[in-house]
Parts: sequence; C-alpha cells; structure tokens
Amino acid sequence: MIPSPTHPARPIPWATATGYATQVMAVADAEVLKLRHDPMDLVSRAVQPILWLVLFGQVMAHVRGLSGAGGSYIDFLAPGVLAQSVLFVAIFYGLSAIWERDLGVLHRYMVSPAPRSALVIGKALASTIRGLSQSIVIYVCAALLGVRLSFDPGHILGVTVLIVLASALFSTFSLIIACIVKTRERFMGIGQFLTMPIFFASNAIYPVSVMPGWLRAISRVNPLSYEVDGLRALMLSAGASQFGLGLDFGVLLVVVAGLTLLATRMYPRLTQ
Amino acid sequence: MRKVNGRCIGLEVVSRLPRALKMSSKQGAPVAAVVEVHDLTRRFGALTAVDGVSFDIAPRETFALIGPNGAGKSTVMKMLTTMLPPTSGRATVAGYDVVRQPQDVRARIGYVPQQLSADGELTGYENMLLSARLYLIPAAERRARIAEALAMMDLTEAKDRRVQTYSGGMARRLEIAQSTLHRPAVLFMDEPTVGLDPSGRRAVWRHVQTLRDQIGAAVVFTTHYMDEVEEVCDRLALIHRGRLAAIGTPGDLRAREGSEATLDDVFTDLTETASRTGDGRK
Ligand SMILES: Nc1ncnc2c1ncn2[C@@H]1O[C@H](COP(=O)(O)OP(=O)(O)OP(=O)(O)O)[C@@H](O)[C@H]1O
Ligand SMILES: [Mg+2]
Repeated sequence: MIPSPTHPARPIPWATATGYATQVMAVADAEVLKLRHDPMDLVSRAVQPILWLVLFGQVMAHVRGLSGAGGSYIDFLAPGVLAQSVLFVAIFYGLSAIWERDLGVLHRYMVSPAPRSALVIGKALASTIRGLSQSIVIYVCAALLGVRLSFDPGHILGVTVLIVLASALFSTFSLIIACIVKTRERFMGIGQFLTMPIFFASNAIYPVSVMPGWLRAISRVNPLSYEVDGLRALMLSAGASQFGLGLDFGVLLVVVAGLTLLATRMYPRLTQ
Repeated sequence: MRKVNGRCIGLEVVSRLPRALKMSSKQGAPVAAVVEVHDLTRRFGALTAVDGVSFDIAPRETFALIGPNGAGKSTVMKMLTTMLPPTSGRATVAGYDVVRQPQDVRARIGYVPQQLSADGELTGYENMLLSARLYLIPAAERRARIAEALAMMDLTEAKDRRVQTYSGGMARRLEIAQSTLHRPAVLFMDEPTVGLDPSGRRAVWRHVQTLRDQIGAAVVFTTHYMDEVEEVCDRLALIHRGRLAAIGTPGDLRAREGSEATLDDVFTDLTETASRTGDGRK
C-alpha cells in the first residue's frame, strides 16, 4: 500500500534492545506503582513466613534427626521458608493475570506492539520486586531468631539473583497455568493442588535423607530444591551446597528460559 | 481494485463509494484501502460467529459496524486488531496482514475494547505513561504528548486521580487517549458509548471527531445507537448472524427502504428478513 503522509511506513525500531527494555520496564513499573498505591499488600504477605519461622521452626527444632549436619533446625529452615514465601507470592501471578483479563486491562497490553515476551518478562520482573521485599522481612526475622546469616556482599548478591530467578520461574509457571485454566475458580483449585507438592516434595523444610526414595526422586527434579540448595549455601554463614552452586543457578536459569518461551506463546490465548 | 461484495443484498456499493476511495493519489495510482477484509471467517466449535465477510475501509473514513447482539461485530473487530486469529479468510490493516504481521498491525492501530481496559488502580497519567512506553513514544516527547492528549480529552484536572474514581465517560475518553497517543492509522472502538449518558456520549464523539481530524485516522466502531450511526459515520456495514447483510452510506441504506425510512427501519427489516429466510448460522 501507499502510505499516507501522516503514517510513514518507516521501520519502527520495535526490535531494538532499548525499545524492548522500555516495554519490559513499562509493564514492571505499572505493577510497582500499584504496590506503592497499596503497600498493605506487601505487609500482609509477610505474615505467613514469619509464622512459619517462629511457630513451625520452634516446634520442629525438637524433632530428632531434622537438623542438617551440625547446624540447628532453624538455620536449616530459614532458607526453606524464604524459598517458600517466594513461591507462594509468585504463584499468585497467574491469578492476577486472569483478574486483569476479566477487568479488561490485559487487552491494553495485548493490543500494543510490545512483543509478548516483553510482557511476560515485565510481569516476571514485577514479581521479583515482591519476592525481594519478602526476603528482607525474612532476613530480619531470621536474624532476630538467631539464625547465623551471612552478610558477605557476594553472598547477598547471590541470594538476590536466586530470588529473582525463582520469582521469575514460579510467576511464569503460574502464568502458564492461568493460560490453560483461564478462569479464577479453576485456578484457585489447581493453584492449591500444585503449590503444595512443589513445596513439600522439596528439601525446603526437611532434609532429603528422611524422605522415602520416590519422594527424594521427585525433589531432585523440583526446581524449588535447587533454589533452596543455593540459598542454604549463600544465606547462612556456615552453609554449604549439596548440588553445587553452578548446578543450582544453571537449573533455575534453564527452567526460567524454557517457561518464558512457553508463556510467550500462551499468553495471548488469555484474551481470545 | 475494490471488490463488490457478493453478499450485499441489492446495494450497488461501487457507485456509492465515498469520495476518498475514488480519488487518486498524485502518482495516479488508486489510494489503497486502510482496512481490507476478504472472506473473513471465524468459528467457535460448531458456531460460525463470522461467516465470509468482505469489505474495505478507506483512509480517514469513519465506518460503523452494526447488528443485533451476537451478530459477530466484536469478533470481526478482534480479528482486525490481531486479538483473535481468523479460521479462514484474509485481512490487512494499514497494509499489513493481521495473521502474518500482527506486530506491524498493532503498531499502527488503536483499539478501545468493548470492556473497559484502563487500569483502575492507576491514575490517568500513569495509564497514559504505560501506553506511551509500550508504544515506544520517544522519552523526550512523552510528557508533552501525554499532556496534550489529556488536555484534548478534558482530563487534565483528573490526571492524578485513580481511574476507579472516574465516571464512565471519563474512563472512555482516557482509553481513547491511550489508544491514539501513537497516532494510529486506524482507531477501532467496540461500543465506545455503551452505558454513557447522552452528554457523555456526545462528549466522546466530539473528542473522537476532533482527534480523527487531527491525526487523520480512519475510525471503525460498533454501536447499537442508530442516531450515532446517522450522525457520525461515512459508511456502515450491517452484520447479521455473522454475515454482511448490507453495506453503504446511511443515505444508501435508508433509500433502499423507501423515502420515509429511518436506519432503525433498515435495521429491523434486514435482521428480520434474514431470520425468516433462515439465512443464518448453523
Ligand atoms: N471466545 C468465544 N468462544 C465461543 N463463542 C464465542 C466467543 N466469542 C464470541 N462467541 C460467540 O460468537 C457470536 C458473536 O459474538 P460477538 O461478541 O462477536 O457478537 P457482537 O456482535 O459483538 O454482539 P454484542 O452486540 O452483544 O456485543 C456470539 O454467538 C458469541 O456467543
Ligand atoms: Mg460485541
């Protein structure tokens, strides 16, 4: 067609890196603005992990055989609770995607020229903000409970990267589930059904050595186990990784990349 | 280059094309349509929601899609805005294929969906900023362009309030501002005035017309209000049970029914005739 003078057919730099970054940040910023408008949301989400540390941690510490090699159970538990709270916060992202679809807001994103992957990554990035704010609460709480935390800058950076990867991983996973089930009711049902096995079939709250063989096998393919393993090594002053930090980061990175590709293909289905 | 639509009942579309379509460009070539729809079909399971629809829309034309509830208007619009893939048929918008080049299409259209799409939890300004960044409006121009668009829609005073607190008419105007910040070649609006009071409706149309003239966009909209069709559009298409029942200027369609006829009569007559002859979806 012959372009009319007001709408030149000049190539628009959609594909350039800065343009892509602008679009990713636009999506993430909108979420952050909403959090700023409603900060109580962050506070209320912090209650659950605190209860886990204080109640569950205190009781279970008296159960024989639960603490890791040499350390106390609360030391063992703290990284698990951090991973858990990141999981529980991120798993809500699918629900909010369905919510946005029902409200009509999702259409505004979908009809824009932003690549779908930019939308998915923007949402994942927003979930990392929540994940990181949970981490701060848990660090403070763990320190008060006497957990021997490591404040080495390199370790803090490592923990930050792990939380970012895990938030992105579980929020994108949740988004994919949302694209499949499409309604709030079904998501609520299946969300519970998925979160519990991810959490319990992992090394988060008890050492794999007390698990039966089949559960240990599941925990070995569960990304949460790799997150927890990395957190145990980096969060605690006397922590050590069982799988190796390279494997922990590698597994999370590969799974995030795979899920992002999948979510990019599925996200547009939500508005159809 | 323009095809007569086989499904138009007795309307000589070609002779009644708006002047814009018959005009030639300086090079002597015909001005291409900004929206071309050819045999577009969409099925949902056993239901054929849109059934072999074809029409063209000229640049700067204001084009209405009308038809009873469930006729397939929104489905047509979703396909043209790349929100829904067609089952078969072809459509181009601003010269780009909606299936093969969806991102190019999206960069050149604005879409105001039937359901409200501004984010109620954000302020008017924040909503505008979100759109400006998604459409890659250069950072240096963002503030000025947003301020200008908000002023044009009479929303400057409300810009720092959350959209939750807006009236229906204000929210619609905000959405229109969000959808046109990037100066699209075609603005699609699905029932933009539904649920608005008469003054709200008038305000929306007044703003849309000013905007249309300023950015030179074609406007494609659906509505159930025949007075809007009469006042606002250059041409309209009547869709019934997924098919194109008639297309032309409001005058054309009225003339068909006799000298005293209103668009309401045309609407009633065409939708009821088609129902009686069983000419509908299976
Ligand atoms: N996602 C979908 N899945 C199944 N059926 C659908 C879907 N979307 C639309 N339909 C059906 O397709 C038909 C056309 O719907 P559409 O929304 O296009 O009508 P419409 O002309 O916009 O109606 P209204 O004036 O009520 O908005 C309807 O029968 C509707 O139920
Ligand atoms: Mg509709």
